[in-house]
Amino acid sequence: MKLLTCPMNGLRNIDEFQSFGPVRARPDPDATADTEWSRHLFRAENRKGIVTEWWRHVPSNYFFLAERDLVSNEIICTFDASELRDRA
Amino acid sequence: MPLRLLKYGLSRDYPVSGDIPATPELKPAYDVVIIGGGGHGLSCAHHLAKYHGIKSVAVLEKAYLAGGNTARNTTTIRSNYITPEGIAFYKEGVELFERLSHELDFNVMFSQRGQLTLAHSEATLRSFHMRAEMGKHMGTRTEVVDQKGVEELCPLLNMDYGGPLEILGGLWHADGGTARHDAVAWGYAAQASRRGVEIHQRTEVQDFEVVGDRVQAVKTNRGRVACGQVLIATGGMNYDVALKAGVELPIRCYPLQAMVTQPLKPWLHTLVSSVSLHTYLVQSSRGEVVIGGGSDPYQLYSTRSTLDMKEHLAEGAIHLFPFLQGVRLLRQWAGITDMTPDYSPIMGASPLANLWLDCGWGTWGFKATPVAGKRMAQTIAEGRVPDILKPFALERFETFRLLNEMGATAASH
Ligand SMILES: Cc1cc2nc3c(=O)[nH]c(=O)nc-3n(C[C@H](O)[C@H](O)[C@H](O)COP(=O)(O)OP(=O)(O)OC[C@H]3O[C@@H](n4cnc5c(N)ncnc54)[C@H](O)[C@@H]3O)c2cc1C
Repeated sequence: MKLLTCPMNGLRNIDEFQSFGPVRARPDPDATADTEWSRHLFRAENRKGIVTEWWRHVPSNYFFLAERDLVSNEIICTFDASELRDRA
Repeated sequence: MPLRLLKYGLSRDYPVSGDIPATPELKPAYDVVIIGGGGHGLSCAHHLAKYHGIKSVAVLEKAYLAGGNTARNTTTIRSNYITPEGIAFYKEGVELFERLSHELDFNVMFSQRGQLTLAHSEATLRSFHMRAEMGKHMGTRTEVVDQKGVEELCPLLNMDYGGPLEILGGLWHADGGTARHDAVAWGYAAQASRRGVEIHQRTEVQDFEVVGDRVQAVKTNRGRVACGQVLIATGGMNYDVALKAGVELPIRCYPLQAMVTQPLKPWLHTLVSSVSLHTYLVQSSRGEVVIGGGSDPYQLYSTRSTLDMKEHLAEGAIHLFPFLQGVRLLRQWAGITDMTPDYSPIMGASPLANLWLDCGWGTWGFKATPVAGKRMAQTIAEGRVPDILKPFALERFETFRLLNEMGATAASH
């Protein structure tokens, strides 16, 4: 069983979580051309390496972030969404 | 084939056909370099050599022949998709499978036994009606059957009358079937190499030499190879390989898992799949029940399996056929699938003039092995994309002309 440390609920079975995919910068809706919209919608990060992605703890409906290695599947760290701004 | 059977059936000196030739020395250049020795790459090589007279072709395979998703898939062959573009393409694919053993002079054990997809809700049934009408319009054999029809097609099914997963009806696709995956790849490899195509195993493409808008050469662990045209057909590695040429594909990698039971006497005579249970079953010609389902819940470059997923597949299978509960599992595995946003492949041109794409095959590409090879060979030989492939172009994402096959793909690939 793979475990994931939720910033709010602690160490839980990864089955309790839902992945929402890699973090993407939100384009400015008034100043974005079609090609950039297409990129935003359809091209998520898929490089071999570490991604920052959204996860949700389903029972508590809590959204947070995790850094995970897309090859080894190691979860490097998890953190609350409020920290995303500080990291960016 | 039947004539040869008669000729050699009673004779001692049946000519033993050689295997696929040992990997030769790499030449400095080829007219066409195919990256990836899975079913798709080999099929394209065969079609280039046989129908377009292009023989200076090298298939570069980083590991052993057809050990990627071609070896790992559950061999569902069907054309009951929902978009007209999708149905037209996969229909041609099924038709090529019908003749494939003759084409390859190799028994690929194609068994057109039909596919039954189950609806446990009115909503699913409604979507089946739409798929059936599209299918009929496009000339395939696809129809909605009621409960009685389902029972007749598959008498051993647990209909769950009155229960939460009562089977309300099904989508019956008489054109659906299955074939032996390894035989398909080996058949293409044998035919292609007989016509002069070179198959290089343990030859990994590690980088591209791009000059202007052309790939000048590919760099491999065995040296540099200059190329006229290049095809990327690397299955789960398509995103990674295309990126090395500077092309970023709208693909994300997810593992897909499957498993087989111990061999049983023949009892399951159709392919059966359930949308709600995310489980499908087919009995192989060896008697093993092949069980597959949906993709893993998150992105990963790995062929590891998980107990969660195997339990989920077992649960679905036992729900549909409760007598399977005492049956043992023999093998289980996973493949890395290259998923596109609309569950349709990406075929045709790339931003580079001589680099062609046969990518985004995700969980559904085995059935397209013959047709993708045929049409990509035509594309490369003529230097332009035929009409049947145009809807699958990479640009469709930029023009927002997606081919949404998600609903018609999720449960049965
Ligand atoms: C569990 C599972 C079940 C499936 N079930 C079905 C099904 O029922 N029906 C269906 O139609 N489809 C199914 N699929 C999908 C299907 O298997 C694939 O879409 C199809 O086999 C792709 O064929 P391919 O030749 O493009 O790729 P592959 O067979 O994966 O071949 C690609 C080859 O490229 C090689 N390669 C990778 N990188 C490099 C490099 N850098 N240099 C050289 N070579 C490289 C790999 O080693 C590999 O051999 C399933 C897939 C899985 C994993």
